[in-house]
Amino acid sequence: MAYLDHAATTPVHPAAIAAVVDTLSAVGNASSLHASGRNARRTVEESRESVAAALDARPSEVIFTSGGTESDNMAIKGLFWAQRAADPRRRRLLISGIEHHAVLDSAEWLAAEQGAEIVWLPVDRTGRVEPAGLYEALSAEPDAAAVVSVMWANNEVGTVQPIAELTEIAHEFGAVMHSDAVQAVGALPVSFAQSGLDAMTVTGHKFGGPYGTGGLLLKRGITLTPLTHGGGQEREVRSGTLDVPGVAGFAAACRVAVDEQPERAARVALLRDALVAGVRARVPDVVVNGAPIGDSGRRLPGRLPGNAHLSFPGCEGDSLLMLLDARGVECSTGSACSAGIARPSHVLLAMQADAEHARSSLRFSLGHTSTHSDVTELLDVIGPCAERSRRAGALSGALTGALNRRP
Amino acid sequence: MRVLAAMSGGVDSAVAAARARDGGHEVVGVHLALARQPATAREGARGCCTLDDARDARRAADVLEIPFYVWDLAERFADDVIADFAESYARGETPNPCLRCNERIKFSAVLERALALDFDAVVTGHHARLEQTASGPVLRRSVDLAKDQSYVLGTLRSEQLASAIFPLGDSTKAQVRAEAAERGLAVADKPDSTDICFVPSGDTAGWLRERLGSQPGPVVDAESGAVVGSHDGAYAFTVGQRRGLALSRPASDGRPRYVLGIDPVTSTVSVGPVGSLGVSWLEATSSTYDGPPVRCLAQVRAHGTPVAAAVRRDGDLLRVEFDEPLRAVARGQAVVLYEAGIGGDRVSDRVLGGAWICQTGTG
Repeated sequence: MAYLDHAATTPVHPAAIAAVVDTLSAVGNASSLHASGRNARRTVEESRESVAAALDARPSEVIFTSGGTESDNMAIKGLFWAQRAADPRRRRLLISGIEHHAVLDSAEWLAAEQGAEIVWLPVDRTGRVEPAGLYEALSAEPDAAAVVSVMWANNEVGTVQPIAELTEIAHEFGAVMHSDAVQAVGALPVSFAQSGLDAMTVTGHKFGGPYGTGGLLLKRGITLTPLTHGGGQEREVRSGTLDVPGVAGFAAACRVAVDEQPERAARVALLRDALVAGVRARVPDVVVNGAPIGDSGRRLPGRLPGNAHLSFPGCEGDSLLMLLDARGVECSTGSACSAGIARPSHVLLAMQADAEHARSSLRFSLGHTSTHSDVTELLDVIGPCAERSRRAGALSGALTGALNRRP
Repeated sequence: MRVLAAMSGGVDSAVAAARARDGGHEVVGVHLALARQPATAREGARGCCTLDDARDARRAADVLEIPFYVWDLAERFADDVIADFAESYARGETPNPCLRCNERIKFSAVLERALALDFDAVVTGHHARLEQTASGPVLRRSVDLAKDQSYVLGTLRSEQLASAIFPLGDSTKAQVRAEAAERGLAVADKPDSTDICFVPSGDTAGWLRERLGSQPGPVVDAESGAVVGSHDGAYAFTVGQRRGLALSRPASDGRPRYVLGIDPVTSTVSVGPVGSLGVSWLEATSSTYDGPPVRCLAQVRAHGTPVAAAVRRDGDLLRVEFDEPLRAVARGQAVVLYEAGIGGDRVSDRVLGGAWICQTGTG
């Protein structure tokens, strides 16, 4: 089997499994005052320091959450509410069209229910948010901006955004800046301090941590209105008894992912390059979506090292996925709703791709356990699978339209 | 064989997939997403396009240990079934969207895609018997006449039926449910779907009004030509309908009146006594019956009673002449022909073919 879907989730790293197992058998609520409670609290705080060190943040800036979706919701809604409370003129959310649904849908909910106004930031054909575009959007009404949110690296096409530059512009206009960095940690160097960000979303399962673990990094001095109310366990902005084993596993995986990042990124990029070159040799008209890859001599920094997002003209992505799945090769059509329905990706549509191009695309994503044989397994079957999928694509349009038409 | 099982999330298609697997086929389950925006909460148990249904289908596939995918056919369904349904009403017809879905979606779009992807056949949970013989596929009624679905398959062509498998035709619905329970399928006691899946409220007239808008017109007495009422849209009526006419004047003979005809051009609904409802012949297009003139049994709507008729064909146009006048024959419905038994009128169960009713008349 070839698992080429690391952008969806990654195999849990042995260090994370060990950390979870080590702590799972110990009793103790991290908020309790007795010895067991203190032990649990110690695990949490050591984990917090470890995560802070790995991501170049202060320990107090790390808020543990249940993962990316919760962190995005907290950031978009919580920062918006706090900004508007401080200055009622600040009602605008500046969001790129390629954000994850946790950001998009939070913003749209605020617009529908809470009086927010969404300003969509344009992206170019490679999926990059141009700083000039942000500047222009902010200048239109300088005092109205509440929150700017642009993801660090896109989950579908792998385009890396100029986060530090965008953050500087946002700050110039008094807006707070959030970035969903779930795809970036472990794949790129990520420094929360150097980025200048006010808030940053991370999640465990994208870098070898347990499911249901994650964090929101929130810069000191930034106010965020809480989404959930209760014990106020995490800096008074996030309530709920802490998942101590989850926190420990998350921190262990984060540590490994960041320590190994330079070596891992280089190795994974070589595999990705081999994958793209190999697919192109077998399916010559394949199109690489997103930022240019460059080559191994001069690899360009604009793209996640493990991402290969490819369009197979004339094919249907979901039928190609099914054919590959039957042969043990696992990948993704990029976006699936809760019913598992493949719809044209909003990311590709935001990049001005047409619906047909979007439907013909697949995402292959490599990560910490990827090997050369994963790539070879794909290359062994992609030619015939693409050919068959293309035949199916051609059929489903033309023939059925003509069949059984009533006069 | 490699077969693709279309799994709606109901009990029938789940058992059909199970039987195909037990029959030694390599089975892949596919749920067809037909709604552009699937309803997230079940509204009754009417639909076949809710997220709950997709989940039920997925869980059945898990239990059967077969791969499972969702195919998005919402665009095709919107064009070929939903729009067609509304347009057909606008033409003064009474369409049958289930037949249309079988003809255009399940046994066209899905079947063709499946064949292109190297499957040999499509398996569905329809209650009908299908035998592949040397001279072509033979479609028959289900042994469970109350659940028989041969009518909604009656306009499929031989080349469509040749790649279909209906594993449930020899079983009653009760047997299918019992088997589902035995197999541990959670859908064993799921209620049957009813009504039209894309009109979950069941209010077809309201749905049409929303789509087609208000198109007021007169209700006229077919014999005298007198205007006896008005209506908000002729599409809300079906030939043979008695209720809901809201006539301002009673008929001279005091007897109830029925819808006899719908003229979409003038938006006129004509009404008359029950005696005028009978038609003695119909014409139907796109015939899948391609044989010589034949005496057979004709059925003109789902769950309708088959009646004796003589049928002849001119190209793909069928002319069906009934032995006795038949009431409430609506344009837009299909006529499905069943082989007549000995004596010409005994109930037989073999489908000879079908066609779409485009014209009816008397004399």
